[in-house]
Amino acid sequence: MGPVTAAASLEVSGLAFAYPDGHQALFGVDFSIGRGERVALLGPNGAGKTTLVLHLNGILSGGAGTVTVAGLPVGKRHMAEIRRRVGIVFQDPDDQLFMPTVREDVAFGPAAAGLKGAELDARVRAALDQVGMAGFAERPPHHLSFGQRRRVAVATVLAMEPEILVLDEPSSNLDPASRRELADILRSLDVTVLMVTHDLPYALELCPRALILSDGTIAADGPTGQLLADEGLMRAHRLELPFGFDPRAATAGRQEV
Amino acid sequence: MHVPDGFIDAPTSAVTGLVAAGALAVSLRGARRELDERTAPLAGLVAAFIFAVQMLNFPVAAGTSGHLLGGALAAILVGPCTGVLCVSVVLLMQGILFADGGLTALGVNITDMALVTTVVAYVVFRGLVKVLPRGRRSVTAAAFVAALLSVPAAAVAFTLLYAVGGTTDVAIGKVATAMIGVHVLIGLGEAAITALTVGAVIAVRPDLVYGARGLRQRLKLRVNGELVDAPASAPVPVAARTSRRALWITGLAASVVLAGFVSFYASADPDGLEKVAHDHGIDAKAEEHAAAGSPLADYGVRDVSDARLSGGLAGVIGVGATVAAGSGVFWAVRRRRTGAPSEAR
Amino acid sequence: MGAGHAHRLYRHAHSPVHALPPHTKLAAVLAFVVVVVSTPRTAMWAFGLYAVLLACVAHQARVPASFVLRRLLIEVPFVAFAVLLPFVAQGERVDVLGLSLSVNGLWGAWNVLAKGTLGVAASVLLAATTELRELLLGLQRLRLPPLLVQIASFMIRYGDVITDEMRRMRIARESRGFEARGVRHWGVLAKSAGALFIRSYERGERVHLAMVSRGYDGSMPVIDEVTASRAQWTRALALPSSALVVCLLGWVL
Repeated sequence: MGPVTAAASLEVSGLAFAYPDGHQALFGVDFSIGRGERVALLGPNGAGKTTLVLHLNGILSGGAGTVTVAGLPVGKRHMAEIRRRVGIVFQDPDDQLFMPTVREDVAFGPAAAGLKGAELDARVRAALDQVGMAGFAERPPHHLSFGQRRRVAVATVLAMEPEILVLDEPSSNLDPASRRELADILRSLDVTVLMVTHDLPYALELCPRALILSDGTIAADGPTGQLLADEGLMRAHRLELPFGFDPRAATAGRQEV
Repeated sequence: MHVPDGFIDAPTSAVTGLVAAGALAVSLRGARRELDERTAPLAGLVAAFIFAVQMLNFPVAAGTSGHLLGGALAAILVGPCTGVLCVSVVLLMQGILFADGGLTALGVNITDMALVTTVVAYVVFRGLVKVLPRGRRSVTAAAFVAALLSVPAAAVAFTLLYAVGGTTDVAIGKVATAMIGVHVLIGLGEAAITALTVGAVIAVRPDLVYGARGLRQRLKLRVNGELVDAPASAPVPVAARTSRRALWITGLAASVVLAGFVSFYASADPDGLEKVAHDHGIDAKAEEHAAAGSPLADYGVRDVSDARLSGGLAGVIGVGATVAAGSGVFWAVRRRRTGAPSEAR
Repeated sequence: MGAGHAHRLYRHAHSPVHALPPHTKLAAVLAFVVVVVSTPRTAMWAFGLYAVLLACVAHQARVPASFVLRRLLIEVPFVAFAVLLPFVAQGERVDVLGLSLSVNGLWGAWNVLAKGTLGVAASVLLAATTELRELLLGLQRLRLPPLLVQIASFMIRYGDVITDEMRRMRIARESRGFEARGVRHWGVLAKSAGALFIRSYERGERVHLAMVSRGYDGSMPVIDEVTASRAQWTRALALPSSALVVCLLGWVL
């Protein structure tokens, strides 16, 4: 359906998964994301979004189907490489920032991949610069504001120079200013982005294309504005726009993001 | 109960240091077995939890309050190895950061508060869970007894260490009476809080209570319309299974020895107990954690407070508790005897 | 939220003591305390000299005396215990102000007080001049099992987060009119503790996921390496060495 370039960043096909307790969360998910695309993954609570995300870097596996990252199948064989290429930013930055200082936290991923010394420092600096947090390198993460912590969390992943950036609810708990700052940062990045969110206006603002995950399958795939404007589709999958928000009006004034 | 420097002589401190190091080595390996590469984050978070929960005040009566020591709770919730590890890390950090407990006494403190408490609690708990009827209430009851015994057990261990390496000649009987008497009281509080907390966890996430793993229902599969037991996916903790009898016997022995110890001194020297309970009002300290910012910042001196309970009452409660615990164990033995054939599979 | 930097035990300053590598300081403090504990209790002057040595260090580190003295309060429960000793210990007795006290007990009390106080003071100075982060690096450098250091650093990292959660739960309880006043309310408090455990554990699981996602395989990558020059070791060990001299004199004299 969507535009698939020759080297897709992420390709998911026929993915099905049940938890050990028997609860089945994914029932055959198929989609593909081309290099450099920014795609929103929308879906109601319990649709299987988090389960899907955890498959992208092999934390969950064992069901049916395949996930391929830049041509590399996700599996035991290339686990380290896969985890370097797929950068997941989790919802709660406190979970993600587990080291005593911002600098060490950003360095964790590249250091685990074997980087050392000046090269490591350069990588950390570059990642912090990208999110505008270079001045906070020596601070302990828990002394930062929530928005700052989220930005550092993005930096920890950027430092690994990933093929694809996966963000789980990036706009949650952010005030409008932090929200906009994060959006600016994400727009400035030159990587493939998959953004898992409930925040439909944010998805519309940042992602030209959207997927709707519902009941463990992809229910729709298309331009974000078009999907959000389809009231029947939205209602069928328990997706609601904020009061007074009109996706047509929001996109009318501009050509492309 | 954090022992400072100079309380126990150098050779004994060194020996307990070795014991502590050995215990840590064993529990590091054990924890890795229990949690594999999740050890560091999980044990770290549990240690942080214990650290935090030690600051949770449980008001006893107007103005006074006590808090949890956490050894028994850790053992029951995350297993003996991880439990020893977490409490030891808490003690280590308290010693280095807050000067709470001497550096040369770290061995004594770890042996006493991390090792003895946790292991005794776990052994007693496991033993009781095995013999009591399956169910949540039994787990809570077992947690109560385990925590109750774990605190005086630490007191006994301390007394023994003091007998070997104490720097002052105090009649060992007096030390024992003082330590055990007071700690039976503290143990009661610890037991109530631990049991309630374990009960609260088991009501929501029974899978997180390490000590009650065996109680989970087997999964069922529907095969041709009939329910069939699913093949056990999560292996039952092997150690607990094989050494069930050993665990149980050790637990019983420990309880009996403890019970004997306490009642002996309590009955032989009621005045002593009374006096100690009184004197140890010194152990009491009201404190204020309230809304202060960082926990590290307002870490104060703390200990259980109980000045209000007079000596006489203390004696009665102490003996009563021991008798209750003892008969609980006895009752458990009887139950086990009668229940054994049906339970054998 | 407005918690200051690091912990309140740490006093930020640029002193020669602050500048020493953490593992040398840890080793020095440990050696010092061992020496103190091994000193015969009858050599009272030796303990005076130890106190002077610590005072010199405190002066070097620009830690005011009042700060150290305040932190010494942590010792109070054992001071109380020490005060009891002369009354309960056995052996020959003397009369002081009409009280019959045991000579041995008096020595014992002195022993506990002197050694305990010096130990606490030394630890307080260590904590006052070394940041948490550095302490962990120092422990790592001193060959503590890496897993133990990792656990300790997670504990430090999340201690604040979890205590904060505990505080929010308390505020939530109180906002709904609950105030724990006695044993009757233990059930509610214990429920909070249980909930706190579940949250901590689940957070641990999420942290693990985040670590694995960034290539963690059971061992921490080495990011900072602390090293100490010979000169730094010499400076750090000046304290325990001079203490050792005092201690030997104490045994000989």
